[in-house]
Amino acid sequence: MRRTLFESIVHGPLTEPRPDPDEQSLAELAQTLDGAARKRLGRSLSIREVDAGSCNACELEIHALNNAFYDLDRFGLRFVASPRHADVLLVTGPVTKNMEEALLRTYAATPDPKWVVAVGNCAFDGGIFADSYAVTGGVSKVVPVSLHIRGCPPSPTALLKGLIALVEQGSRSWNESLKPGARGA
Amino acid sequence: MFILRALIADGARAKAHHPWPRVAVDAKTWTAAVESLAAGDLTLVGLWGDGGDVHMALCNEPASEFAVITLACLDGRFPSVGRAHPPAIRLERTIRDLFGLEPDGADDIRTWLDHGRWGIRHPLGAAVPADSGGDAYAFLPNEGESLHQIPVGPVHAGIIEPGHFRFTANGEAVVRLEERLGYVHKGIEGLMEGAGLDQARRLAGRTSGDSTVAYALAFARAAESALGIKAPARAYYLRALMAELERLANHFGDIGAICNDATFPLMLAQCGILRERVLRAAEASFGHRLMMDRILPGGVAGDLSPEHALLLSALVGEIRRVFPKLVELYDNTASLQDRTVGTGFLSPALARQFGAGGFVGRASGRRFDARKVPGCPPYDVLDFDVATRDDGDVNARVWVRIREVEQSLSLIDQILDRLPDGPTAVPVEPATGEAREGVALVEGFRGDVLVWLRLDADGRVARCHLRDPSWFQWPLLEAAIEGNIVADFPLCNKSFNCSYSGHDL
Repeated sequence: MRRTLFESIVHGPLTEPRPDPDEQSLAELAQTLDGAARKRLGRSLSIREVDAGSCNACELEIHALNNAFYDLDRFGLRFVASPRHADVLLVTGPVTKNMEEALLRTYAATPDPKWVVAVGNCAFDGGIFADSYAVTGGVSKVVPVSLHIRGCPPSPTALLKGLIALVEQGSRSWNESLKPGARGA
Repeated sequence: MFILRALIADGARAKAHHPWPRVAVDAKTWTAAVESLAAGDLTLVGLWGDGGDVHMALCNEPASEFAVITLACLDGRFPSVGRAHPPAIRLERTIRDLFGLEPDGADDIRTWLDHGRWGIRHPLGAAVPADSGGDAYAFLPNEGESLHQIPVGPVHAGIIEPGHFRFTANGEAVVRLEERLGYVHKGIEGLMEGAGLDQARRLAGRTSGDSTVAYALAFARAAESALGIKAPARAYYLRALMAELERLANHFGDIGAICNDATFPLMLAQCGILRERVLRAAEASFGHRLMMDRILPGGVAGDLSPEHALLLSALVGEIRRVFPKLVELYDNTASLQDRTVGTGFLSPALARQFGAGGFVGRASGRRFDARKVPGCPPYDVLDFDVATRDDGDVNARVWVRIREVEQSLSLIDQILDRLPDGPTAVPVEPATGEAREGVALVEGFRGDVLVWLRLDADGRVARCHLRDPSWFQWPLLEAAIEGNIVADFPLCNKSFNCSYSGHDL
C-alpha cells in the first residue's frame, strides 16, 4: 500500500483543467431561473442522483465524475446520500410510470431552494423509450427542470460543463448583487 | 447424454429457427422438461411469452445441447415451471404480467414487473385498461421473536439504479431479504414489436447500458441467424475486441466499488483510473466511450485504424504495468480481506440450480461461459481460460473478476495480433417474404445474455425477448445475504452487481 500511495505523490495529479461552462446550458439556465433563484445558487452544491428509469449508462458516466480525471469535488459539487441534504436533483431516465411516485416523493423531500437537472436524452423527452406504455416521457413532465444535459449518455465532460454552468450562473448573479447600487436578494 | 434431443424428438420443428432447434411440444413433454429441470439434468436458459404461446430455452450442459420448446397455451394457461423449478418463478410472474397467461399450479401469483401504474394490464397480450393508482404488494410474512424490518429503496443512497429491498433482521443479522424490482420497466419488448432492425438494435443496446456491447452483439447474432447471413471475419474480431474492452471497464469499476464498500477507497480511486483509460481508448478507437451502437446486424459500424490498434496495445501494456500492484494491494490488506472473505456465501448447488452466469456462477464453481459454449467466432480460435472458484464468497467473486481481467488482456493481444483485413459489414436485407426466427447467447461481463427474435415477412420485429443474466442472479443474492449482517449488504450486492434495467426491461 505504501508503494501505491508513494507513487501517487511522485506522479502528480491526473486531474484535468476545468472545462468552460456550456454556453447552451448558460442560456437555458438564464431562462429557467429567475433572479432570486439565481442569487441563491451558491458556489457549493449538494447533488442527489435519482435514476428514474435509465438504462444505467448515464449512471456510469455520472460515477466517472468522481474519478481522478474529473474530480467533481474541486468545484464544490458533491453527491449526497439523501434528498434531505441536497440542493440539486440529478435525474436520469425517461421516468418510468413505476418510478414516477418515487421521483415525486424524492422531490418533495428535497428542501427549498432546489434545482433539478435532467441528464440524458431519455430524461429530456423520453428518448428512444418515449412511446412506451410504461414511461411518462421526460423529467419535466413530472417535476420542474432547470437544466437539461443531453447525450446518450452525456460524457463526463458534458456533465461537468453543464454543472459548472449551474454554479457559474449562481456566482455571476451573486457578483452582480455585490455591485454598488444592486438590490439585495 | 442427449436428454434434450430425446425430449424434442417427437415435436414439430419450426422451419426457420436458427441456430438451435425450436420444437412445438404438448403439455406432457413440457411437464417432462420441467421435471428434467427440477432434477438438475437441464438448465433453464429462458422462459418467455409470445402471443398465446410460451417458449422455454433449455441447455443440456454436459452435451452442449441447446433447444427452445414451445407450448401453445390452452385457454391462456400453461403448466407452471416455477412450481417445481424455482429459477422460473419470476420469469413466470412476468409472463403473467405482460401477456396474461396463467401458470397452472404456481405458488406465487403476485405481480412482478406490473406495479399497477401503467393504466393497462397485459400490455403485450390482450391489453385491458386498468387503474393506474398502484397495487398493494404483499411481502412474504416473517414470524419470530425480535424480528424487525428495514425497507430500503427504490431510491438508494448511492449513484445506482432503483429497486426495493425489504430486510427482516434479528439484531444485526439478516433473516430474510426480499427484493421488489420492476421500477425501471420501460416496456422495451413492447417497443420492439413492429420496429425495424435499425431501431430494434438501438433498443437492444439500451437494455442495460453497462452491457450495451453484449446486447448489441446478441441482437446482431440473433438477427443474422434468423436471416441466414454471416458477418465478415474482421467484424467478428472487432466485436470480440469491443466485448473484451467492455468486460475490462466493468470489472475495474466493480473491483474498485466492492473495495470501496469495504471502506477501502484507495482501490476505487486506482481502479477508477484504469476504467477511465479503457473508456477513453474505446472512444478514440470506436467513437463512443461505452461503444454504444457500434455493433449492427451484418457487422460493425466503422473500422479500427492501425494507429488505434497501437493505442489499444499501449492500453493493455499500461494495465499490465499497474494492475498487478493493485491485485497485490487487495491480497495483502488484511482489513479488506476481513470484510470480503467468508461474506455473502453462495453455495455451488444453488448456482448450478439457477444456471447462474458470469462471476456469480463461476465464483461458486459453475464453469459456464457462453464464449466457449455455444461459443462464437473468433473465440473458437483464441486461447483463454475460464476461471472458477468454489468458495462462493465476496472474495471469490473479486478473484474471478481479477482472473477475467487477465484473460481479457490476453484476448485483446491475440485479437490485435490476428485481426484479419477486409470489410467490416455485409449488407442486410431483412425483408425475406417469410417469418424468420433467430436466437443468440452471448457472454457479457455479467454473464450470458439471451436474445430471441422473430422477424415478420417484411423484416420487422414481430417479437423480441431479451433475457439478462441478472434474472438468475438476483434471487441468489437473497440466499447469499442470509445470516450476514445488514452492514455487509452493500458489499454483497456490489459483488453480485446485478442489472436493474436489464432485469426490469
